[in-house]
Amino acid sequence: MFRATPLNARNRRRQELVRLLFGLMTGLLILPVLVIMAVLIVKGAPAITPTFLFSEPTQGMTAGGILPALVGTIWLVVVALIASVPIGVAAAIYLSEYAPDNWLTRVINLAIINLAGVPSIVHALFGVGAFVLFFRFGTSILAASLTLAVMSLPVVIVATRESLQAVPQAFREACWNMGATRWQTIRTVVLPNSGSGILTGIILEVSRAAGETAPIMFTGAALFLPFLPHSVFDQTMALSLHLFVISTQVPDVPEAMPYGTALVLITLVLAMNALSIGFRMWLRGRKKW
Amino acid sequence: MAAPSSGRRLPPALDRRNGAWWLDRAVQVAVFAAGISAIVFILGIFVFISAEGVGFLTSRFDAGEFFGSINWRPTSDTRPTYGILALIAGTASVTGLAMLLAVPFSLGAAIYIAEYATGRTREILKVLVELLAAIPSVVWGFIGLSIMNPLIIRVFDVPVGLTVLNAGVILGLMAAPIMTTIAEDALKAVPDRYREAAEAMGATRWQVIRRVVLPAGKNGLVAAVLLGVGRGFGETMAVLMASGHSINLPTSPFDSVRALTATIAAELGETAVGSEHYRALFTLGILLFLVTFIINLTADLIVRGPRRR
Repeated sequence: MFRATPLNARNRRRQELVRLLFGLMTGLLILPVLVIMAVLIVKGAPAITPTFLFSEPTQGMTAGGILPALVGTIWLVVVALIASVPIGVAAAIYLSEYAPDNWLTRVINLAIINLAGVPSIVHALFGVGAFVLFFRFGTSILAASLTLAVMSLPVVIVATRESLQAVPQAFREACWNMGATRWQTIRTVVLPNSGSGILTGIILEVSRAAGETAPIMFTGAALFLPFLPHSVFDQTMALSLHLFVISTQVPDVPEAMPYGTALVLITLVLAMNALSIGFRMWLRGRKKW
Repeated sequence: MAAPSSGRRLPPALDRRNGAWWLDRAVQVAVFAAGISAIVFILGIFVFISAEGVGFLTSRFDAGEFFGSINWRPTSDTRPTYGILALIAGTASVTGLAMLLAVPFSLGAAIYIAEYATGRTREILKVLVELLAAIPSVVWGFIGLSIMNPLIIRVFDVPVGLTVLNAGVILGLMAAPIMTTIAEDALKAVPDRYREAAEAMGATRWQVIRRVVLPAGKNGLVAAVLLGVGRGFGETMAVLMASGHSINLPTSPFDSVRALTATIAAELGETAVGSEHYRALFTLGILLFLVTFIINLTADLIVRGPRRR
């Protein structure tokens, strides 16, 4: 009945060609990174031994391990989380549950976009001007973490807002009809139904904060400190800055060390991200509404 | 008659301002304060950077020298000069090359993921792109330094591999996943009924994409590219490590350059707080802040503008 005209055939051929082209472009976007990963793993994996992970750098950072940097990164991220999660979640609650559709909300959204778009080195300058000098925290974990907190605030806000908005409006209305106040509704209905979505955002923030270098360079991360920090007013080493230092500033570092450090850092960051993504998928599969 | 929240002289029997009511009020104030924190921080960033940089702007700043000279010699004993032309050229060349490489691939990948890929393939591609966007910039810088550098030296037979080419490729790889994600969102935002209508008219998939989806999602795609430019412009560590960091007006991709961001990162640690050099670096920060602010604002207007009208 239907026969492909030459026009149909040409269209179909072109169709296949275009599809192939776009598929190829996607492949070319991803392939180089997979190759780079493979190189990092091949060259970095032999360096990763218990001694490397759990000892201090020695001989001017040309030998030994990365323990102070690893512990320092954990300090920085945890303090940054303590500072930014409450503010970020509260801001998201405001934007999702309270904010009317007016100019102020638009300005807030614009500010969030800009906060995420400001170059990391500008955040570093802000950290120096505000936390190190003005608030007199000095170069310390506190100053560096607060800088990281401001920088990663948009991550928490956006992820939390999304998960709050995913809670159906009918849930809220049902609760209001029982005479509950707005806050009672949020606490007993909205937050419990979006808690795991918020967690996803927090994990994402961890991965972001752990990898940043520029914002902590001048605010609290030290090039070399062969001991572990004791309080938030100490300086600390950090994994990201350590990678920068041993690959650019220190001569005669054996090749395996920066590769090993890079591999540890990237594994940490990607594992956190994968956790966040997996968690999100699991939630989507489990969703009851 | 009057609602409890607005009535001032309610009879006690109608006054529902109990503990829960006051708590509700308190929470409302608290989350509002958190809500405007983003505005406070953006203003704070501008104020604190300006406070440190303003001394340079009022005393030493000379627009002609600042924007017109290629001599960035802040540490000169005899006569320090602060010309950022070469730094602008460095940032522009690296970002330009990165966009040249990344924009076609990102848009192509976005089209593939949004329009062709289905089911599991689509999920896997999206996750991969998201993971690519998460790789820290210092790791990218390290890749430029230790993988790209010897590769460029060997393939192109040049003496130095830390060049515009190196930094551009690295920056392109960094910006591509972000542009892909935003562009893919923009394409997904085009309503399916547009596609269905076009398909019902007998259009092939490619015709649907070219004549319907791309024009409808155009604004989002432009915004994606703009945000990619902003990202490239503001990238610090990767450019610092991969570009060679030497002051140059580049004439070929095989020249080393120095970027605005990288200059701050490399020099801030060596300057004394309050010195002229220190204030000049904060002035660079003001410039970076303003440019990214304009880029983000434009992207936002392009995306939201039509929806408002």
